[in-house]
Amino acid sequence: MATGTQSGGILARPTSIDGVWGWITTVDAKRIGMMYITTSILFFLWGGIQALIVRTQLSHPGAEFVSPDTYNSMFTMHALTMIFLAIMPMSVGFFNLVVPLQIGARDVAFPRMNALSYWVYLFGGILLSMGWLVGEAASAGWFAYAPLTESAYAANRGMDFYVLGLLVLGTSSMAGAFNFIVTIINLRAPGMSFFKLPVFVWMTFLTSILLVTAFPVITVALIELMFDRYLGANFFIASQGGDPLLWQHLFWVFGHPEVYILILPAMGIVSEVLPTFARKPLFGYSVIIFSGIVIGVMGWMVWSHHMFTVGLGTVAVGVFTVTTMLIAVPTGVKVFSWMATLWKGSIALTTANLYSIGFIALFVIGGLSGVSHAMSSSDFQQHETYYVIAHIHYVLFGGSIMALFSGLYYWYPKFTGRMMDERYGKVQFWMLFAGMNICFGPMHWVGMDGMPRRIYTYASNMGWDFWNMISTIGAFILGFSILLLLHNLVRSLKKGEIADGDPWDGRTLEWSIPSPAPHYNFARIPTVTDRDDWWARKYATGDDGITRPVPQGGAYGHGEEDVDVHSIHLPDPSYWPLVTAIGMALMGGGFAFHLAITVVGALIMTVGIYGWAFEPVNEPSDDH
Amino acid sequence: MTRAIPLLIFGTILMLAVGCTPDHLMSTFDPVGPVAAEQKKVWDYVFWAMVFVFVTVLPALLYMCIKFRRKEGDPIPAQVHGNRNLEILWTVLPIVVLAVAAVPTLNVLRFVLEPPANSIQVNVTGHQWWWEFEYPELGVKTANELYVPVGHPVQFNLMSKDVIHSFWVPKLGGKMDAIPTRTNVMWYQADVVSPEEGFYGQCMEFCGTSHANMKLRVHAVDSDEFDQWVEDQTEPGPEAEELSELAAQGKDHFENLDFKATYTDGSVSQQRCAYCHTVAGLGISGARTGPNLTHLASRGTLLSAMVDNTSENLADWLENPQVMKPGSRMPNPELSDEQTAALVAYLQSLK
Repeated sequence: MATGTQSGGILARPTSIDGVWGWITTVDAKRIGMMYITTSILFFLWGGIQALIVRTQLSHPGAEFVSPDTYNSMFTMHALTMIFLAIMPMSVGFFNLVVPLQIGARDVAFPRMNALSYWVYLFGGILLSMGWLVGEAASAGWFAYAPLTESAYAANRGMDFYVLGLLVLGTSSMAGAFNFIVTIINLRAPGMSFFKLPVFVWMTFLTSILLVTAFPVITVALIELMFDRYLGANFFIASQGGDPLLWQHLFWVFGHPEVYILILPAMGIVSEVLPTFARKPLFGYSVIIFSGIVIGVMGWMVWSHHMFTVGLGTVAVGVFTVTTMLIAVPTGVKVFSWMATLWKGSIALTTANLYSIGFIALFVIGGLSGVSHAMSSSDFQQHETYYVIAHIHYVLFGGSIMALFSGLYYWYPKFTGRMMDERYGKVQFWMLFAGMNICFGPMHWVGMDGMPRRIYTYASNMGWDFWNMISTIGAFILGFSILLLLHNLVRSLKKGEIADGDPWDGRTLEWSIPSPAPHYNFARIPTVTDRDDWWARKYATGDDGITRPVPQGGAYGHGEEDVDVHSIHLPDPSYWPLVTAIGMALMGGGFAFHLAITVVGALIMTVGIYGWAFEPVNEPSDDH
Repeated sequence: MTRAIPLLIFGTILMLAVGCTPDHLMSTFDPVGPVAAEQKKVWDYVFWAMVFVFVTVLPALLYMCIKFRRKEGDPIPAQVHGNRNLEILWTVLPIVVLAVAAVPTLNVLRFVLEPPANSIQVNVTGHQWWWEFEYPELGVKTANELYVPVGHPVQFNLMSKDVIHSFWVPKLGGKMDAIPTRTNVMWYQADVVSPEEGFYGQCMEFCGTSHANMKLRVHAVDSDEFDQWVEDQTEPGPEAEELSELAAQGKDHFENLDFKATYTDGSVSQQRCAYCHTVAGLGISGARTGPNLTHLASRGTLLSAMVDNTSENLADWLENPQVMKPGSRMPNPELSDEQTAALVAYLQSLK
C-alpha cells in the first residue's frame, strides 16, 4: 500500500482501517452505520431516562419529584431526543448498513460525506442536549410554539440550543439524504431495476426525498426564530406585528412529513422481515411501493390537522379533515399487504419477526386513533389531551421503535457475525410489548377523561390517579426491557452463536455474502435477475407449483474464490469529515456562548473543506 | 400466546368500565350541551368503527401466527406475489368507508364552529396564567369563573395578551386556541344547571411554567339567577364606610400602599395593588395586568381555579405568590402580617 500523500500540506491521508483511528477516520458505510446505531441507542437511553422522570412526576397527583420548569424541560427534551437523536439516526444507521448490501454496491456514493453526516449528527446531538450541561434546557415543547420561544418568555439559552442544535442536525440529515438518493439511483447492481429494489431500499429512497424537501422548511423557521432572538427581528412576535401562526405553519409543514420520515423506514424493515420469516414474497410489492409514494406525497397535504384549533375556519379545517382521513388508505393497504404476506406462509416466530408482527398490531391501533384524530369535529375534544400522547406513542414506539428493534435482531448477525440470543430476545420482546401497552394504552382513557398533555401536576379529585399510576408502572417495565435488550446486544458480541452468511434463509442480496460482511461487501458485483434475487438462486418453483431448493444454489459469496479481494479498490479513510464537523458544531454552538467560538469554528470548517477538496487518493486510480 | 386473547378482552372491558366514567370532572363522555353532544356523536361513530377494525384485524393476525406457525418439515409455501382484485378491494373499500364517515364529521364541523346569531357575547383573554372575561353587552368584567344561562348559546371571542392559550370546558364542548394577533370564535351552550363548583375547564395549549395551573370554571345557572349575577357584578366595589375597620384599612392599602415588588426575573419595583388589579369604583381603575377583583369574594376559587376561595389561601398567596403558583407573574409584595390581614379582609368583602 502506498504511503499517505500530503493533502494541502497539512495532514497525510490515513491508510489504516485498524484500531480506534481506523474507526474515527472510517468512510465505510457499515462502520458508519454501526456508529450511528450505537450513538442513537445511547441517546435513546437518555431519552428514556427523561421519559421515566416524566412518568415518575405524573405517577400520583401533586407529586413534587421535579420542579415545574424541570418537568417542562423533560418532556421537551424527551421528544427532541427521541425524534432527532434516536429514531431518525437509528433509521439512518440501517440505511448505511443495509442499502449498499441490498443493491449490490461496495459503498455509498459519497463515502466522506457519509462520515461527515455521522460526525455532524454526533456533535449536533451534543449541542442540542447542551442545555442540560449548562442547566438551561429548552422548556417550550418540541413544537416550540411562538411567542413562548421568544426572548421575552424564554430568556435563558435553552431555546438557543434548540435552534442551533436542530440547524446543525439538519445539515447532517440533508447530507445523508442526498447521499442515499444518489447511491440508490447510481450504484444499483447490473439488472437491478427500480422495480427489483428491495422494499427497504425503496423506503430509504422515499424517506431521503422527504428529508431533503422537509428540512429546508424547518431551517427557514429556525433561522427566522434565530433572527428574532439574536437580532431583534419580529417574525413571530405578536406585540410587534409578527405572526405566531407563521411558526406553526412552517413547523408542521416540516413536522408532518417528518412523521413519515420516522415511519417509512420502519415500514421498509417490516417489509423485509415478514417475507423472510414467512418464506413468502411480499404480497403486492408494487402496491406497497406505490402506497409508500402516495404517503410521501400526501404527507405534505395534511399539516394543518395539527392546527385544527387555531381558528383556520370551517372550510380549511374541513379540507384538512378529508386529506387526513384519506392518508389512512395507503397506510391500510400496507397493513393488509403485510397480513396477506403472512397468510399461508411458514411463519417462524423469531424475535425479529415477533417485533415485526408486534409492529403491525400496535401500528393498527395507532392508525385507528389517528383516524379518530382526523375527524376534526370530535377531535376538538381530544386535541392536546393524553389521547394524543397515546396516539403518537403507538405510532412512534409501537411503530417506528418496534420495527427498528426488529431490524436490530434481523441484521445483527450480518454485521457482527454473531446471533443475538433468542431466549433473551423473546423475554425482552414480551416485556416490551406488555410494558408498551400498559404504559400507553391507559393514556387513551385518561385523555378522553380530559387530562391535558404537558401538565406537570394534576389534582387528586380529577379521577386520573389510577391510570396514571398504571402508565408509570408500564413505563418502568418498558425501561427494564430496554436494559435487557442492551444486555443482549452487548453480550451477543462475544458470546452469541456464530452466524453463517444466511442465518434466516433470507431473500435479498445481503444474505448472499459471508457474515460479518467483508469490508468490500461483494467480491464480485452480482448481476440481478429477480426481485428476491438471493432466494431465486436458492429455490425454484417447478411445473407442479411446488418450490424446492436448487442443488448448490445457496453457495455464499460472489466469487471470493477466484477474485483477489486485496485488489478491490475502496475509498480511503479521511480525517477531514471529522475536522469539518467539529468546525460546524463550534460555529453553531458559538452563538450560545461566545461569537469568538463561532469564528474559530468557521475557520476550522474552512480548513476542513479545503483539506477535503484537495485530498488525494492513496493509490493511483489508473487501474480502476 | 393464546392466553393473551382473554387477557386483552378483559383488559379492554375493564378499561372501558373504569375509563368512561362520565362523573369525572373533565370527562368528554358526559356532554351537557349541544356542542359537546354533537361531538360525542361523531366520536361514538368513529369509536365503534375502530372497535370493528380492532376486533377483526388483530385476532386475524393472532390466528395467522398460530395457524401458519412453521413446524418441522413444513414444505416451502406457495410463492404468491399478489392478487390484483384483492388489492383493488382493500384500496377501494376504505375509501368508501371514509367517504361515508366524512359526511357527519363535516356536518358537525359546521355546527360546532359557527356560533348561533343570538349568542351572548363573552370576550376571553388568556394571560400567563389566568383568564380574563368580559361580557361586552352586559358590562361585566371578571376573571377565571364564568356564568352562563342554561339553554342559551354563548359565543366566546378568544384573544391572548401574551403567548398562545387554549380554552376548554370538556363537558360543554371542544377547545379553541387564544392567539395573540387574532380573535378566534367558538360557542358553548349548557343545557343543565352546573353543580355548585361549576363545570371544570383548563388551558390546553402549553403556555409556560404554570400551564398546569391555568384552570377555569363555568357556572351554568337558570336565567333568573344569571340576571341577578349580572346585576351584582355590575355594582362597583364597597365604599370605606360600608366596611369593617380592618377591611377599610385594607382598601386603603389596596389603593395607596407602595410596596416593594420582587418579580420572578429578579427585578424589583415600587408597586400598588391597584396598579395591576381593578376594583371598580376606586380612584385608580381599569388596570388589566392582573385579574379584575371587583367581585373576588363571589367566586368559589382563587388563582385561576387552582384553590378554594378562603381567607387562609388568600393570605398564603399574598405571603409569596411563587410558592402557590410557580412562575406566577404576580410579584412578591413582601407585606407585613398586619397589611396582609387587612388586605385579606378587604378582598373578602368584595362580594
